[in-house]
Amino acid sequence: MTGIAIFGAASAIAQDVARLYAAEGATCFLVGRNGARLDTIASDLKARGAAAATTAVADLTDTTQHAALVAQAKAALGTVDRVLVAYGTLGDQRAGEADTTVMVRELTVNFVSAASLLNLLAEAMIPQKAGKIAVIGSVAGDRGRQSNYIYGSAKAGLGAFALGLRHRLAKDGISVTLVKPGFVDTPMTADIPKGGPLWATPAQVAGDIRAAMERGAAVLYTPWFWRWIMLIIRSVPDVVFRRTRL
Amino acid sequence: MQSFHPRQDYLAWGRVHRFTHHVARPAFADELPGVLAARGTMSLLGSGARRSYGDSGLNADNALIDMRGLDHVIAFDAATGVLDAEAGVILADILHLLARPANGAGTWFLPVTPGTKFVSLGGAIASDVHGKNHHGAGCIGNHLLSFRLLRSDGATVTCSPDENADLFKATIGGLGLTGLIVSVRVALKRVPGPWLEHEEFRYGDLNSFYRLAEESLADWEYTVAWIDCLASGAELGRGIFARSRHADASTAKPAVAAVAPRIALPVDLPSFALNSATVKAYNNWRWRSRSDEPVRHIVPFEPAFYPLDAIGQWNRLYGSRGFFQYQFVVPSPHDKDAIRAVLTEISRAGMGSFLAVLKTFGDRPSPGMMSFPMPGTTLALDFPNTGARTHALLDRLDDIVIGAGGRIYAAKDGRMSAKAFQQGYPMWQSFARQVDPHFSSSFWRRVTEGAG
Repeated sequence: MTGIAIFGAASAIAQDVARLYAAEGATCFLVGRNGARLDTIASDLKARGAAAATTAVADLTDTTQHAALVAQAKAALGTVDRVLVAYGTLGDQRAGEADTTVMVRELTVNFVSAASLLNLLAEAMIPQKAGKIAVIGSVAGDRGRQSNYIYGSAKAGLGAFALGLRHRLAKDGISVTLVKPGFVDTPMTADIPKGGPLWATPAQVAGDIRAAMERGAAVLYTPWFWRWIMLIIRSVPDVVFRRTRL
Repeated sequence: MQSFHPRQDYLAWGRVHRFTHHVARPAFADELPGVLAARGTMSLLGSGARRSYGDSGLNADNALIDMRGLDHVIAFDAATGVLDAEAGVILADILHLLARPANGAGTWFLPVTPGTKFVSLGGAIASDVHGKNHHGAGCIGNHLLSFRLLRSDGATVTCSPDENADLFKATIGGLGLTGLIVSVRVALKRVPGPWLEHEEFRYGDLNSFYRLAEESLADWEYTVAWIDCLASGAELGRGIFARSRHADASTAKPAVAAVAPRIALPVDLPSFALNSATVKAYNNWRWRSRSDEPVRHIVPFEPAFYPLDAIGQWNRLYGSRGFFQYQFVVPSPHDKDAIRAVLTEISRAGMGSFLAVLKTFGDRPSPGMMSFPMPGTTLALDFPNTGARTHALLDRLDDIVIGAGGRIYAAKDGRMSAKAFQQGYPMWQSFARQVDPHFSSSFWRRVTEGAG
């Protein structure tokens, strides 16, 4: 029986990943900020097949809580077979530029906090000599752009951290997968006009994440075509790039 | 954060109506009071999987509350078959859940299912959907234990046959106008397994259809006929009769629930792709390809109940102008004459329907006051939107249907006149008294036009 710990369990993508594991009878450990919402998700996962679902309310920006949370995950799951780190904030770039405190908070949530948690999870999982971790990064981390480089740089840092951790844990039989979703049609992106082939549903992205995590892939672009979009964006020469409004 | 955002891409399944909506997308039920409070002067309407065809699920220039994020199962009791779920849960998810060994691996089934499994529970109630087992099971409204309805004044009302019974009856088939359906308790049906015993064969005319429908009542839980609506004269009403019933699982291996479509149409086909010549050729081929003798198979329920679900976005077959679905019911005992008159009119107009589905309804009444079915015969047809010509034909069909004491299915309608609606649903004024003062839809404004 698989035990999966999900940090940031209330996001649409995280819920859909959890449902895929629940359908196979997994045990779930769900971490988020809102206890009532976590309870709603836990009931849903149990009805959809989870052997058990326990919840922990935490503000993950508070890194002093991380060690206790990881211990709690281990106690709830027995072995931590799968981990999904899915939390983050898509902050307002302009607000961060105007107020350094806002910027530092954005960097802390999306990078420092996630790195702290992953470091502790790695320590807990190494003795198991098995396990698979997926970390949600972003295509925004592939090249700094004026419209979202605060968020993007935190996700770039997280990406380098995840791949470094992957390198370190390879000898212990633990894989780390860096996930880079493109545009996903979720309540979090409700204010962005949709339509067209670039938008994916959370269920499609969740299916890709589960498959990539299970095969132990290093990097997942989801949907797949974002690999090629980002290749082009990374390849645009600076003289051209700095004239764009991307 | 602002709750409502302007969107142009909220279309109904028929894709004819193109409106701007102000859309809210709650992810959890605790957000709903804040969403209601943010409506300003706009009217509200809940939105589900957007599988109704016309404008009953649209609310032009006003607010839509997209309920797809509220898709949490609250509880399922595998001993009693009672499912408690949020309104955004789609039937496909329920089927998936019921296929699990811990839930009896296919021993529970939806008591009523429409022709697609991609509708939401809330939408199923709002349209009081029926299926091929109407003659025995009635509508989805016949199987609801209770639901929770959020009114625009912020009150959450639990409705059941015994509690707030007036709102219970008004909400079933009430097109989302009585408030926001938040969660639903439904009684599922026990079946021997996930397999169906299924028969299909062709028949030659309308009289044969009625004979087969009558003969099949006792032993076949699900019956339906596809008809070749361009056949005329002695062959009028010819088609393929299909009937099925739940089979014992011991005869077959378990079905795999395919939740996602296997293939999908990524773009609109050009509008000439489905014209009268291709429709005629297809209908002719399909009829000729079937046997006169019943051919019996044991099949999984998916292809038998949801053949079109295998093709994602099949509505794009009709091109960017979209299509109208026209479904009506005419009451017995004169239903056969009205069906004959409608088919003659369609055949004369040469505007054949790619899909034409004929079924007799039983006499089990739904608790829903605005529920569509009545004892008699229902026919569902698709017509590409060719503008005035399509409207003129459908208006002529309305006259036949209303003249015969029948009505048009609101969940599929995007064009009937206020008069046709009010004559078809004479209870509409008592229903209007239960409508939430701050809920409305494009459909509702259209069909109540000019009424005090």
